[in-house]
Amino acid sequence: MAASATTHGGSGGQNYGRLFVILWIGISVVATPLTTIVLGRNIPPGNGSTEATSQVLDNQVLLAVSTPIAVFVLLFLGFALTVFRARGPELVDGPPVRGDSRIQILWLVVTTTTVLFLAAFGTFELFDAAGAGAGQGPSPAFLPDKHASALDVQVIAQQWEFTYRYPGSGGVETPHLVLPAHTLIRLHVTSLDVVHSFWAYELGVKADANPGTDNVVYVTTNGPRSFHIRCAELCGLWHGYMFDTGRVVPAAQFASWTTAQQATFKPVQQYLPPYATTYLPDPQRRAG
Amino acid sequence: MTDEFVPPRKRTGWRRLLGYNLLTALILAVVGYYVGWIAGHHVTGKSVAYFSDIDQNDISVFLAYILAVIGFLLGLGFGAYPFARVRGYPPSLREKESEGIGRYFSLCTDHKVVGIQYLFGIGVFFFIGGVNAMLIRFELLRPSMQAFPAGQYLTLVGLHGTMMMGIMSSAILGPFANYVVPLMIGARRMAFPRIESLTFWILMAAGTVLATTVFFGGFPTGWTGYQPLNDQANAGMDSYIVFFALVGISMTLLGLNMIATIVTMRAPGLTWSRLPIFCWGVLSTAILNLLAAPVLVAVLGMAMLDRTAQTSFFLPSAGGSPYLYENLFWVFGHPEVYILALPGMGIVLELLPVFARKPLWGYRLAVSGLLGVTLLSWLVWQHHLFVSGINSDLRPFYMLSTELISIPTGFTFLCGLMTLWRGQIRYTVPLLFCLAWFFNFLIGGLSGVFLSDVPSDTTTHGSFFSMAHFHYTIMGGLVFAFFAAIYFWVPKMFGLQLNERLGKIHFWTMFISFNSTFAPLFVIGFLDQPRRAVTYAPSLQFLNDWVSISAFVLGASMLVFVGNLVYSLLFVRLPAPANPWDSRSLEWQLPSPVPVHNFDRIPVIAGDPYDYGSAAPPVAVVPAGGVS
Amino acid sequence: MGPKGMRVGGVVLGVALVTAVLVIYIASYLVGNTPAVRATTKPGSPRDVSLYIQTVAAVGPKLAPHPDWVSYLIRDHGRWVRSTVWTLPANATVHVTILNYDGASGLRNPFLGQPQGLVGPELVDGKEIKAFPPGQPSHTFAVPELGILVPVAPVADDAKNPCDVAPCTMAQAHRTITFTFKTGKKGHYRWQCFVPCAAGYIQGFGGPMQTIGYMDGFLNVV
Repeated sequence: MAASATTHGGSGGQNYGRLFVILWIGISVVATPLTTIVLGRNIPPGNGSTEATSQVLDNQVLLAVSTPIAVFVLLFLGFALTVFRARGPELVDGPPVRGDSRIQILWLVVTTTTVLFLAAFGTFELFDAAGAGAGQGPSPAFLPDKHASALDVQVIAQQWEFTYRYPGSGGVETPHLVLPAHTLIRLHVTSLDVVHSFWAYELGVKADANPGTDNVVYVTTNGPRSFHIRCAELCGLWHGYMFDTGRVVPAAQFASWTTAQQATFKPVQQYLPPYATTYLPDPQRRAG
Repeated sequence: MTDEFVPPRKRTGWRRLLGYNLLTALILAVVGYYVGWIAGHHVTGKSVAYFSDIDQNDISVFLAYILAVIGFLLGLGFGAYPFARVRGYPPSLREKESEGIGRYFSLCTDHKVVGIQYLFGIGVFFFIGGVNAMLIRFELLRPSMQAFPAGQYLTLVGLHGTMMMGIMSSAILGPFANYVVPLMIGARRMAFPRIESLTFWILMAAGTVLATTVFFGGFPTGWTGYQPLNDQANAGMDSYIVFFALVGISMTLLGLNMIATIVTMRAPGLTWSRLPIFCWGVLSTAILNLLAAPVLVAVLGMAMLDRTAQTSFFLPSAGGSPYLYENLFWVFGHPEVYILALPGMGIVLELLPVFARKPLWGYRLAVSGLLGVTLLSWLVWQHHLFVSGINSDLRPFYMLSTELISIPTGFTFLCGLMTLWRGQIRYTVPLLFCLAWFFNFLIGGLSGVFLSDVPSDTTTHGSFFSMAHFHYTIMGGLVFAFFAAIYFWVPKMFGLQLNERLGKIHFWTMFISFNSTFAPLFVIGFLDQPRRAVTYAPSLQFLNDWVSISAFVLGASMLVFVGNLVYSLLFVRLPAPANPWDSRSLEWQLPSPVPVHNFDRIPVIAGDPYDYGSAAPPVAVVPAGGVS
Repeated sequence: MGPKGMRVGGVVLGVALVTAVLVIYIASYLVGNTPAVRATTKPGSPRDVSLYIQTVAAVGPKLAPHPDWVSYLIRDHGRWVRSTVWTLPANATVHVTILNYDGASGLRNPFLGQPQGLVGPELVDGKEIKAFPPGQPSHTFAVPELGILVPVAPVADDAKNPCDVAPCTMAQAHRTITFTFKTGKKGHYRWQCFVPCAAGYIQGFGGPMQTIGYMDGFLNVV
């Protein structure tokens, strides 16, 4: 063991501390609006629905909170590593400081406040945006105001395709998802076999499709647009190919589209089971 | 009867092949495999018509694997001591102290040998998992499929994830806690030396079992093994189940052993408030190991019954529920994430004082941070199920509990950063890896806050965003700490220096390419690319190619490390001084490499190991008086 | 080289050999080896092609490592081969004939019993079928990205002279399904069967239903 010197390098900690805090506040004041507004405005999933918009707001708030934290840690590392690096080859020890209860308490108070604020804000958004586009299961806890009048649309996942049923249009089933614009929609997501996940990206909707479970999502569409649909839970061989494009169309066009679908799929309509929130098909006859 | 259990007499010449050794173990494993295979077909061939339809007999596969593993362990000699006790021999702590390279390939109860066994054993499977990652990124160079058929791609994804999560769970506890903890606490061995060796050999058997999944057609579920896809999959799934169950058993025993050792084997004077922070990290991890891993073993047992005895725990059409699996899996799975993170925190906090030449700042806060994470990690698992359709009433609670966990995690940051403040920082390779840990874990932690927030999680859940997040915490956290530990303790383990220049090249290529690989994945995830999908939107090809090429550089940086290891340990062999870092910790006061019995006399501890800035000799080496 | 050197050399060589064999095996598994079969083109009109396909209840030991699995087969240069990767020209009209030798399995989603996305009708033994009852189809030929879905009519359970194991002959009980579709633009389109026909697997969707080369494949549109 080399003789450890008792001379403590790095004097003047107070001044360094003040300088660091000033730098931190200064950089944060510049960086936070940049990330929150410039980056935050363009953050996905966009404004395809009320829920998507609420997610963008959430992401902006999270960016606003995490930017000063990131600046703090990175600046601290950069500061400490340049200012407090050992100079010269001989071994010098730093001051034997073992803690500072004021800093510890301050840190505890600040982190706890931040965390509680984030949790409260997230909970508020959950209520405000009626579940914020996440699947809520058969009995949703977060309901939109006019949920009784929502349009029901069922998403049926199976290996490896989504099909859709419209109970309001005679229970017609189609391989395409078309939704009316500016409408509150209640999606019922279910599966016929394994777990899938229905992800309508631009609408900010994601809900696992579980066999035997009615996973409800509320979504209020904005103007007409198309949106991507992907399966977001590993479901077997063709998981990576389980994608599709849906459309949001004006209400009148939606009505004529459902009528056309009813005509197209009339032959198979007689064989469909009555509309239900879940289906557990009997094990079918075995082949061979 | 002799009054002590004596290991079988040493044989010479070719007869050495007859005893308990790796060759016998492999032969017995193959024998066990075929016995199980034939027994499985014999049992079920006539009675279960079901199997004849599908050209696959899961009972037979399970029996084959289980008997192979039992045969393997018996061949290594794990049956000898219990059998001797049954025959009436008195208990014995005689260690198997064979010399030479052979002890690294056998049942050895020297904790230092087990640590080195772990280091290289884990290294092999880490390499296999890494090669899988390279192949995955190769496939994703193009938006549509090119190199591997869809099913094989899923197998690659599953192999990578399962291998890394399973084997790397013991990446710190296996090599470093086994090696260092007894030295740090002034003990001559672990509490249960045979169990210590058993955990290692079970883990090796497990990794081999998982690798053989390709002989049964692979498995499609990824590392989570979600039901009912798990029930539906072909026989390659059985390898996954046996692998993870064995890993769970190994982790449980490892945790048990660590807790018993740290609680009962501390040297006199080593009070809880003097325990090195690394030992606290190990202790909190071990608590999670002991309590979480059995849940995994149980849920995989249920999956095994579903696949063999047709129990339908997870099949809704027969009264089961996939949610049962998801809940049980994540009850294990979330603590598992902290099993990977906590030892990294322990290592970083242990190493910073050495290279900042200052005491650990806020020792009690750091300890309470580690214990706080241990406690809170039990209350957060449903954040993995935010979009699953599970009862939504509890969502605010899980959002809160998940965000609360950033408070104790923040303690680690505060203590680490404040330890650097006004220090005399020396830029050694281990310190560089610790500093990178702060950078990576900061990004991992902040992205975790996005994922814990339900509205934000809705878009990022199951996308490359969450994948980037956990690679920042696990690869950026655990693996960087793993390398810090290697560069720090290898001179103690082998008594040889690692080349510093190669170490720095390794660090900088790894750090830059790691960030270049995973930072763009946050963007890719936000732009609608789901995990584990073999296709992606053509517009994302540039970013994906960027990531793939960075990943190849990341892979190459590992070769620099392997090169350093081979160059320094096999060719240059420059002896390391006993205490190259001038650490005040107990293990560095011993000669390198450490003698078999560690301490001639059990030391008496008079302070903690962070007394930098004091002129006194290291407080931990007060020679023992009457204690032996 | 002393005896110790020889021992070490022997161990190193043995380990290297075993590793090499394993790596080669795993590489061959990962890359897979389903050869693509090119569709037959009509002389003089390269955009007019035909596919001649068979579905069998069990593929038999000659054609596959899993003799009990159900499978599609395709006619290539006068022989039935087990390949499900088919090369087709872009913007072409494809005339497909499926000879089905398998019995009924039934659909989990009855909606998939109606043919979709075809040019003209689906003909079963020359008769047009608009929709199948859910219990009927043996298999489907479906290309979801192109919107194509063709349920495959089953052989009756009490049919005389059934074909249990491939290869099957024209004299054995079978159904003939014919239809036409258009390929559209270039791409790599997956196709699959939607009928849970992998007997014994949970939900009928394991084994051959999740392995390319049996009930799943690709249309390489070039």
